[in-house]
Amino acid sequence: MILKYLFAKNEAIPVGSAAIFFGFSAIIWFMIGTGLGSFNAAKLAFPDFVTGTEMFAFGHMRQVHVLAVIFGWISMAFAMAMMYITPILGNTRLWSEKLGLWNCMMWNVALALGLTLLWMGVTSGREYSDFPWPLDLAVAAFITIPLAINVWMTIIKRRTQGIYTTNWFFAASTFMLIIVFLVGNLPEYFHLTGLTEAYMTWWFAHNVLGLWITPVAAAIAYYVIPKVTGNPLYSHRIGHLHFWSIVVFYSTPAAHHLMSAPLPEWLKSFASVEGVLILVPAIAFVSNILLTMQGKWNMFVENLEVRFTVVGVLLAIPLNMQGGFQQTRSINWYIHGTGWMVAHAHLALLGFSTFLEAAAVYLGLQTLMKRKLYSLTLGNLHFWLLLIGFSTYWISMTIAGLIQGAGKIYEVPYIDVVIAEHPYMIARWLGGTMVFSSTILWLYNMWMTAREGTVIPAGRMPHELAYER
Amino acid sequence: MNFREYRIGSRAFGVAFGLSMSITLFFPSFDLAASISSEVGLDKQLTSGWDSGWQLADPLLNGLNKPLKVLVRKDPKSGEPMEPVYAYVYPAGTSLPNGVTHTANLGKGVEELSVKQGRITEARKESGAVFLIKKSDQLLTFEDKPLSYMENATATKGWTPDEVLKQAADSDILHAGSGKTMFVREGCWWCHTLLPEQTQDWQVFGAPPMLGDFNGESPTAFGSDRKGPDLLHVGSRNASREWMMLHFFNPRLVQPHSIMPRFDYLWGEVDADGKKIDFKKWRSEYDEYREGKITTPPDVPMYAKDSEIRNLIDFVINLK
Repeated sequence: MILKYLFAKNEAIPVGSAAIFFGFSAIIWFMIGTGLGSFNAAKLAFPDFVTGTEMFAFGHMRQVHVLAVIFGWISMAFAMAMMYITPILGNTRLWSEKLGLWNCMMWNVALALGLTLLWMGVTSGREYSDFPWPLDLAVAAFITIPLAINVWMTIIKRRTQGIYTTNWFFAASTFMLIIVFLVGNLPEYFHLTGLTEAYMTWWFAHNVLGLWITPVAAAIAYYVIPKVTGNPLYSHRIGHLHFWSIVVFYSTPAAHHLMSAPLPEWLKSFASVEGVLILVPAIAFVSNILLTMQGKWNMFVENLEVRFTVVGVLLAIPLNMQGGFQQTRSINWYIHGTGWMVAHAHLALLGFSTFLEAAAVYLGLQTLMKRKLYSLTLGNLHFWLLLIGFSTYWISMTIAGLIQGAGKIYEVPYIDVVIAEHPYMIARWLGGTMVFSSTILWLYNMWMTAREGTVIPAGRMPHELAYER
Repeated sequence: MNFREYRIGSRAFGVAFGLSMSITLFFPSFDLAASISSEVGLDKQLTSGWDSGWQLADPLLNGLNKPLKVLVRKDPKSGEPMEPVYAYVYPAGTSLPNGVTHTANLGKGVEELSVKQGRITEARKESGAVFLIKKSDQLLTFEDKPLSYMENATATKGWTPDEVLKQAADSDILHAGSGKTMFVREGCWWCHTLLPEQTQDWQVFGAPPMLGDFNGESPTAFGSDRKGPDLLHVGSRNASREWMMLHFFNPRLVQPHSIMPRFDYLWGEVDADGKKIDFKKWRSEYDEYREGKITTPPDVPMYAKDSEIRNLIDFVINLK
């Protein structure tokens, strides 16, 4: 349906086509990514569940799960948000709907190809930058660069004088993603080896989270909360503090991922101090958004998009408290390499950021398709399954991590740690499966919204209409 | 950009981002480039060869384009018995390791000795080469250990890859280089780190790696997430091939509580005698054993010499 516009004239493509394409792609990748996650978790709880096939071995599927949620779900939801928020804030149209559609299609093709190869075991062997370098170049050419061009051109061609906070973040992050992606994969093009390769791997992993996922997710909150509640942003200046401290403090602590590797000590100490300073953008962001909610807290209960956004923002508090301190030497020695880290990574990607992206996709699809959400009941079910599933996962993995840490420090034979962790592995699988089921409900709900949602009259916003089911 | 503030802002952004890139990439590069390869580092890069992840010469990660680590017991020239020594054999056409093609990677001291006394720059990919690790009488600056260097035995002793391989028994040939590819492809490093930490880990998993232990290795694949024991020194704790064989075929044969996946598919189609392995039968017999219907588990087939599991076991045993 949308594919028919690929070869249409740009003017003939309906406004929002690219964003809708991205939105549905994102939800489908979310379903695939969490489905793989649930499958992997089942294998950790029950090792003989599906066995003896190379394709279904844990070591072949773990990285497919990670990259499917990062580049499929999260980044596509970001692209979706950019494709409709950037033009709205510039009081203009997207620079090129056609480029947006092609970007989305090539993104799906490149990602499906890359993940299939990765699944077969074709990997560079570097965590988070697992794709071999020809695929890295394809990702840069078909995914990150066209997205940045579209966002930047839309901002440059805007019909407003100023640029709103959300668009600062979109512009800066799309640019930084290109740099981070190309520089982070230098070891593969130029065959850099040894500690350089190890350090660059984590330089990439840190910055793709710090300069892409975290700021873009925050930018979504800067849009959704003022737009839906009708309150102006609490403070433009705190927004400035947030933006600049992300650029300065979040881009520097890469080495804190390798605190027990033989890197230069000055680099580790520097990274550790900068790592604590991550609390500066975090506190600025959380306080700014929560203060914007003043007088409108009823919407936290009544409105689905606000609820998703505020929960995401609230989860940023434990996320950054953990993130700021767990990388210091005094804590890192205990929890490094344990399930605690797995829990923390899911708090960042499945907690904080997924809730914000879900809000953007809910709001964007309703706005662009001009249809009210089909069912609040299904929306609520999605919300609670996601939240309870995520919490089960996070709590069980945190406990498992503390057990592992204790096992490490008190020199417990490793197999006893495995035995002690078993109940938490089952809990993790249950939590992950709840998240996976919630995505199926969500996809159905959005599909029905597209087909049967009540039409939103021109000039009205989705939240101004009452929920019907 | 309509406002003066935006021009100032974009310049400030450039300065901030550039500064952060300098501190996190440019400055550390001096320290990292100055690291001097230790004996462990030389052994690791000579064992694993050019690259263990995706490479043009091995696009599906089948363990191609890899050297062999051979225990030489007889002089390949004269056939006389000699003090056993490990040689790293690069058959003709095998990519040479990073330290040979970019000697600066070896670090100060090691580079000079390897080039002048070891004559490594004379090694050619087309004709293949055999390398040895030699100790010098100088000391490493950061460890109280002798400085080691690479020697190109093809140039200094006239050992050719074919001669070295011909004199060696199959049990003296370690396919550890191809095994590293298996380790990367099968994702062993998602659960097993190669990085004992600088904590009480010393007691259980042995000494953490030192600066210089990684020169020339790619990918280092030391992992970030531990769900099983660290493996950096596993070959020192357990060097039994029989145990490894049982454990890889089905970890629960030797450790009932293990959550490791079965790697029986790495055996390939046939066993050591060329007989077809009946996995279906094995699994159903194993299920009967699990249910208590039979008292002993079925026998694990002996792997073929050229199977992928042989490479992986060689790699693991070689982690000393």
